[in-house]
Amino acid sequence: MWSSPFITTPTTVSQIMLRVLIALFPGIALYVWYFGPAILVSITLASITALACEAAMLKLRNRPLKPFLSDNSALITGWLLALSIPSLAPWWLVVVGTAFGIVVAKHLYGGLGNNPFNPAMIGYAVLIISFPMHMTHWISPHGLGGIELSFAEQLNYIFSGVLPGGSTLDALTTATPLDTLKTQLHLGLPVDAIREMPIFGYLGGKGGEMVAIGFVIGGGYLLLTRVINWVIPATYLGTLFAIAAIFHLADPVHYVAPLFHWFSGAAMLGAFFIYTDPIGSPNSHKGQVIYAAGAALLTYLIRTFGGFPDGVAFAALLMNICVPLIDAYTQPKVFGKKGGGK
Amino acid sequence: MRQLFKFHGGVHAETHKAESTRTPIAQCAIPSKLVIPLHQHVGNRAVPTVQVGERVLKGQIIGRPEGRLSSAVHASTSGTVSAIDMQTVAHFSGLPDLCVTIIPDGNDEWIPHSGVDYKQTPHTELRHRLREAGIVGLGGAVFPSDMKSYSNKHKIKTLVLNGAECEPYITCDDLLMRERAADILHGAEVLRELLYAEEVLIGIEDNKPEAIAAMQQAVNDDRHARMEVIAVPTLYPGGGAKQLIRVLTGIEVAAGVRSTEMGVQCFNVATAWCAWRAITYGEPLLARIVTVTGNVERAQNYEVLLGTPVDELVVQAGSKPDTYKHIMGGPMMGVDLPSGAVGVTKATNCIIEASPAMFPPPQPAMPCIRCARCADVCPAELQPQDLYWFAKSDNFGKTQEFSLFDCIECGACAYVCPSHIPLVQYYRYAKNEIWQREKEQQAAELARERHEYRQFRIEREKQEKAERLAQKEKAALAAKPPAATPLPVAADQNADPNNTLQMRVDTDIARSNMQMRIDAATARAKEQAAAAQPKNTVALTPQQQAEIAEIEARRAKFHANASHSGADDESSKQ
Amino acid sequence: MIAALLVMIGISLLLGAVLGFSAIKFHVEGNPLVEKIDAVLPQTQCGQCGYPGCKPYAEAIAKGEADINLCPPGGEEGIRKLAELLGVDFKPFGEGAGPKAKSVAFIDENICIGCTLCLQACPVDAIVGAAKQMHTIIASECTGCELCLAPCPVDCISMHTIPQYIGNWKWQYPTHSIVQVTAR
Repeated sequence: MWSSPFITTPTTVSQIMLRVLIALFPGIALYVWYFGPAILVSITLASITALACEAAMLKLRNRPLKPFLSDNSALITGWLLALSIPSLAPWWLVVVGTAFGIVVAKHLYGGLGNNPFNPAMIGYAVLIISFPMHMTHWISPHGLGGIELSFAEQLNYIFSGVLPGGSTLDALTTATPLDTLKTQLHLGLPVDAIREMPIFGYLGGKGGEMVAIGFVIGGGYLLLTRVINWVIPATYLGTLFAIAAIFHLADPVHYVAPLFHWFSGAAMLGAFFIYTDPIGSPNSHKGQVIYAAGAALLTYLIRTFGGFPDGVAFAALLMNICVPLIDAYTQPKVFGKKGGGK
Repeated sequence: MRQLFKFHGGVHAETHKAESTRTPIAQCAIPSKLVIPLHQHVGNRAVPTVQVGERVLKGQIIGRPEGRLSSAVHASTSGTVSAIDMQTVAHFSGLPDLCVTIIPDGNDEWIPHSGVDYKQTPHTELRHRLREAGIVGLGGAVFPSDMKSYSNKHKIKTLVLNGAECEPYITCDDLLMRERAADILHGAEVLRELLYAEEVLIGIEDNKPEAIAAMQQAVNDDRHARMEVIAVPTLYPGGGAKQLIRVLTGIEVAAGVRSTEMGVQCFNVATAWCAWRAITYGEPLLARIVTVTGNVERAQNYEVLLGTPVDELVVQAGSKPDTYKHIMGGPMMGVDLPSGAVGVTKATNCIIEASPAMFPPPQPAMPCIRCARCADVCPAELQPQDLYWFAKSDNFGKTQEFSLFDCIECGACAYVCPSHIPLVQYYRYAKNEIWQREKEQQAAELARERHEYRQFRIEREKQEKAERLAQKEKAALAAKPPAATPLPVAADQNADPNNTLQMRVDTDIARSNMQMRIDAATARAKEQAAAAQPKNTVALTPQQQAEIAEIEARRAKFHANASHSGADDESSKQ
Repeated sequence: MIAALLVMIGISLLLGAVLGFSAIKFHVEGNPLVEKIDAVLPQTQCGQCGYPGCKPYAEAIAKGEADINLCPPGGEEGIRKLAELLGVDFKPFGEGAGPKAKSVAFIDENICIGCTLCLQACPVDAIVGAAKQMHTIIASECTGCELCLAPCPVDCISMHTIPQYIGNWKWQYPTHSIVQVTAR
């Protein structure tokens, strides 16, 4: 005997996850355009690792393989991680990060739907704490004048760590705009002067800002298809903008403009793809506002005053911890019981 | 234009209403038999008033209302009662319930009946007529209408007439409003009179323009004062009483609160129509409009005699061969009928013939990803994903904290769930478990009380006995001072034969003492049993003997039935 | 030095007075734990635990003399509740001591000789009758403790399992999930 209702919408979990993957395409395409195809290698590596780990864990946990492997959630974890770390990172970095995310952060907590933390962000946190050196070698965007490797040379470096004769890693890579900004501010340069440096573009870093715009386009698609709602991205970006604006207006010499915060680092990826992960975010709109505002505040604080280059991942993890508490305090009032009634 | 309000959430499901609105209401032929359940309403089951083999007339009461909250059940046509027994009924459980089976004679012969002018009749009499006519809410809740038409305590301002009909597929109210608008409004006047309501608001979803036009026309034609036909936005579950009241008046009726406390009462349009027929013509509720749709050749609305087996009804609409089940009600809140043999009841507003293509079996559920789509559509503004989490882990206290009982089981959450989790079933499971636990708790409380009183009684008897003994002793002592004194301890033990519980902890001596007494009693009893020849059965008149035989037969039958009906009877008496 | 000492003494005196006052003011009669345990027990008064009734069993548990898994009518749910209440580990029923289906006693009125022995055995006075009169069970009051079975000299009492019918039917735990999750 079944219970009503006898009809359901055709939406499925794997369809939702697939849309998230599709929404990452514009960002990835612009990434390839500005930084070369190495990112595709990382994404492929991450995807294979994610699916393999997912399958192994499902087997160990005695769960059916097909429905869970086809739900696309492992792929999202892999892709987000690949997009968060330098594309020229050695192959094992991607594999270790993805595997840790899937095995420990996802399956040891009970698999899909039960992971309190975003697995990709856990993978990222593990990597940046364990292998900080490898996490700083970001490939330079096209046209910055450095040596550019061919795709074959990049592949060779990723898998064997051997660079073509005569080149050094430092010549190929650069620090991220956020890193550069932090270092130069330390050296006493004013923000205006720093932003004159070649790695900076109009809004954020050269190339990086365009990738961020790609993520905004993807985010728009997710909003249109109602995979995510507007509350978290809007609150996150709004709060980030507001805090940055306050600091910037108070002291423009030491604090960079708000738009720079939007379009550098992983802010856009976070706003549309990381903080909107339904499993680790609050359910009520009120809770989502608190969560996203908290994440924006932490992002800004970590970026500006902290020791890590970007704050998106740690902000996500710290806010993930707070979700049960936020949920408990933001229970919406039920029908007929509002306004002091019984 | 009246200002309308909104309720939270809701879903737009494909309505599928056009299929069954193309043709007018048809009369369903008198079936080969009628299976009429005696429990078709909220409240106590009606008590059968006919015997097997008896000829009944159309409109004759076959089940009399029992207790305050109950309603009468009638023979839907004339014929012969062929059985009064347990038969499968239209219920989720698929379990049997007491039904009266009537074989129609085809004459459709009415019992004498007559109506009254409601304006000249006292309200008590009108309510009594509603009860005797078996009028219950026909929107699906089947709550006895006489119990809903009181207004002594609370001043009722608004009578809401529910013609929203928000569930997909169902069109019975739509057609009724198109074809019988005038009488629906007359019925509304009767209910307004009973409730002393000031205004009547008729809410109809805006996907039924013909019904809205017909009702508006009828309001104008008969010059009904302070009666308004209002088109409400099409949004499931906008036809839920609470949601419709909210949309029309802005009042939110919380769970566990009667809408009358807030000055509103809500009736379905079909109920109003039946109330009018019952009061003015004395016609009890014998038939209702049923939409037959889904996997059929001719989806249509039929006026169906209550008790008509579903199988015989769907044949008239041309049920297609790949139909694999019948859904009673709509696809969102309906019942998956246990069999096609069940009779149409007062709650049967729609029969959807389901083919695997139209209504595929439920997909396996994936884990909840907390996407909160369910919370976005919940009209009760609950957090279905949290309720699911707690119900799944049997954390019933938490489900209640999260207002499980505010859930109206509309199914919107499960409809949108991308993981296809049978959310409503989890909530029903949790509600049932909580009710059962409460029942058990009450039973335990009662048992504790009774046990404590028993111990108190035993203690008191013991004391009284001791006192009597002491007095006797005193008297004896006064009469014969030096005589032998009985041993008080022994006396005490002897005086306490009936506390079996204390018996367990008593000394061994007392136990063996007791055992001896019991053995003696047993022996005596056995002797008596052997010689048992009840005096009152000696020298009986043949009439008395026949009576005894009859009683024995009934008893045997009761024992045979005990496996299904016995406990039912006991519990319904509680 | 002296001042510090005095302050400390003053504080301890004050706190001591507060404690002493509250001990008198908020004094609790009886043992509240026994009441709490008793509230969890099903009150069948069946004595299957080896104690003469639910209250004595509750007292024994409170004193730590009895185990928490001795009450079959309470079911595993009952053990779980007791474990939670007392902060101890769940303990399954012993061999063959599990709960039975809920049932009520039924007196075959043809055989009953009116000996009143069952009346005396019934812990909740759920049997009506008098000496040499037929007895009958008030089904709604019967806890199904089976204490009346043994005393009956003519074995006219039997236990009837309560059957399922629409009034006590329950929705089952949904089972068509992708992983066969078991409740609890």
